[in-house]
Amino acid sequence: MKTIQLDDAGRLRHFLTVEGLPRSLLERILDTAESFSGVIEKSVKKVPLLRGRTIINLFFEPSTRTRTTFELAAKRLSADVLNINVATSATSKGESLLDMLRNLEAMQCDMFVVRHADSGAAHFIAQHVAPHVSVVNAGDGSHAHPTQAMLDMYTIRRHKGDFEPLRVAIVGDILHSRVARSQIHALNALGTGEVRVVAPRTLLPRDVGSLGAHVYHDIRQGLKDVDVIITLRLQRERMQGALLPSEHEYYQLYGISQERLALARPDAIVMHPGPINRGVEIESAVADGPQSVILNQVTNGIAVRMAVMSLCLEGRGAAEEEFA
Amino acid sequence: MNRLTLSGGRLVCPGNGLDRVDSLHVADGHIVAIGAAPDGFQADHTLDANGLVVLPGLVDLAARLREPGEEHKASIASEVLAAAAGGITSLCAMPDTSPVTDTTAVVELVTRRARQAHRSRVIPIAALTQKLAGEQLTEMAAMKAAGCVAVSDGGRPVMNTLVLRRAMEYAATQDLTVMLTPVDPYLSEGFHMHEGWVATRLGIAGIPVAAETAALARYLALAEETGAQVHFQRISSGRGAAMVKEARERGLPVTADVAMHHLFLTEMDVSGYDSQCNVQPPLRSHADREALRAAVADGSLQAICSDHQPHEPDAKQVPFVSAEPGISGLDSLLPLGLRLVEEGLLELSTLLRRLSLEPAGILGLPGGHLQPGAPADLCLLDPEQIWRLDTDTMLSRGKNSPFLGWEFTGRVRQTLLQGRVIHGQAGTPEPVAG
Repeated sequence: MKTIQLDDAGRLRHFLTVEGLPRSLLERILDTAESFSGVIEKSVKKVPLLRGRTIINLFFEPSTRTRTTFELAAKRLSADVLNINVATSATSKGESLLDMLRNLEAMQCDMFVVRHADSGAAHFIAQHVAPHVSVVNAGDGSHAHPTQAMLDMYTIRRHKGDFEPLRVAIVGDILHSRVARSQIHALNALGTGEVRVVAPRTLLPRDVGSLGAHVYHDIRQGLKDVDVIITLRLQRERMQGALLPSEHEYYQLYGISQERLALARPDAIVMHPGPINRGVEIESAVADGPQSVILNQVTNGIAVRMAVMSLCLEGRGAAEEEFA
Repeated sequence: MNRLTLSGGRLVCPGNGLDRVDSLHVADGHIVAIGAAPDGFQADHTLDANGLVVLPGLVDLAARLREPGEEHKASIASEVLAAAAGGITSLCAMPDTSPVTDTTAVVELVTRRARQAHRSRVIPIAALTQKLAGEQLTEMAAMKAAGCVAVSDGGRPVMNTLVLRRAMEYAATQDLTVMLTPVDPYLSEGFHMHEGWVATRLGIAGIPVAAETAALARYLALAEETGAQVHFQRISSGRGAAMVKEARERGLPVTADVAMHHLFLTEMDVSGYDSQCNVQPPLRSHADREALRAAVADGSLQAICSDHQPHEPDAKQVPFVSAEPGISGLDSLLPLGLRLVEEGLLELSTLLRRLSLEPAGILGLPGGHLQPGAPADLCLLDPEQIWRLDTDTMLSRGKNSPFLGWEFTGRVRQTLLQGRVIHGQAGTPEPVAG
């Protein structure tokens, strides 16, 4: 997985996971995003970097926000964008994934942005695409959501600067979270002082410490003196899986309230990958409060995705040029 | 009348400690003498086994032959060909066919197809419950009369403990071995690999070791009360192996096997989402693999099986978690076993205990011996030949193996079933002049 993402010259070819990527490359993504943030704020929000390129958003799982920001990012780079939503259910097996890829490749696209419910799906697609096609993982199962993690890093850097002195707490359903896994890898690669995960045992994967995080079960200890609080979305279906007794008890034990926010450093920021469940994982007063940067995250998502797309396709000829 | 002499081969018998270069004489499908021919014995054929090792044919306790029901994956004819080429003379066909092997009709179909293929012997294992649904007992006596020697849950656990208890009691009454796969479905269904740090990194829901040990504890409690002869299929963890060992030390009539791939692969092999490594039970930790190896060496696990599960390419050409579990293992069973000998884990005779003598004993079959009276189920091995497992050298129709590309030393030259050559160049042994 580490090698498939980079080409022989060490450039980004696919962006599937943050794991294994060097700090310098992550910083390059952040720096490139920085340079694009100016574009977004201008009245004409376009640069011609990917003019003539075709990007396909291939979403096997419903998503509005992620798909929209990918689409906006591609359009601001002047690429042509195609959105394909594939309704999948375990029982209705039609065309195989590989056949579908072959067909889309035949349309001479340059990049697939893939979201899929199966962990490893983006990796599988990257292994099977033609050599000129890049794959960007927009979330695969519980494995990785690297662009979300990078936009979170971008947000943290904008507010906090250097990662080294920071304490970051990730609170909530780590077990099912592709976002949390990618964040932990990114925070560690960028040299973050301390990464914490805060959750009951039922929402923590086995050996989570091996990812590079300190485990807390008590929210009060977990939030003490942190600079960044990242709250994760709690899916309603977790109640059925006997992972938690009720939303009410979860909020009592792990909800981010103003009172708990006070345990963190006074200048701590609060983040959430969205969409938020008010009163389940976070109190409205915190979500809408002065320390919340939740909406900045959304804005930053466009610049970061522009950066990832342009870096993946940078210096690589369009399909027809390469085969000329 | 068919008399055969094998000369010049190194004879290795795990049962009686025989290990020397000598002649072996066969008449009417059985070994009649080792060393000097019996008085008046005139061989119709001789096989020159110079430079070869002569072993009792392997007995594989768990294979899926995909027939009836899944002939797009493999067939009895295609798989017995691979078995014969791999030195396997007897193999057990698991009952999770479609229809399930729960009637004499299916039992007879399997044995008939196997007979028609003229290769290795296929031993159909009957279903423990009708349709493997865990509700109603099968007609075990009738299926025994049709040739079954054991009954199995086919990897689908009987969840109703009362039904399971009665099935075990009934099987014990019929003197049938009960083969059970220790797996708790609540802890494993819908999950795809060993629960551990690799699963955490890959974001794959993990199967804890407790899926095996919780089921084992339940089965052992029933084994204690029913007196059934229980064989546990495919132990995957160190703790599971320790529980079997402890139960045997207490005197329970239980045995267990491990799949060959669990002695080589671990959760680490899944790291790149390699769907060839999607197996049930899952590949576990390095410590588990070491414990399983130790258990095979000291006999706490009695047998090694192929856990052969051939698939069509499409079954694996999907993301890891959507792939169908299983490894095509007939072609690599003996080669991997020989590697255990090469690595110094086992003596050759101990390997043959695990692959031939003990599995035969578990099923009450006469195989596993090189001695007068034993069936002439033999494997002639060229111990020096170096070869590579690839899709061309693999004979199983299922090419789904994580061992493709591995180089092995030692290859089966010929396989004999009851004195008849079922694999090898000299398919028609040369008649001896005079």
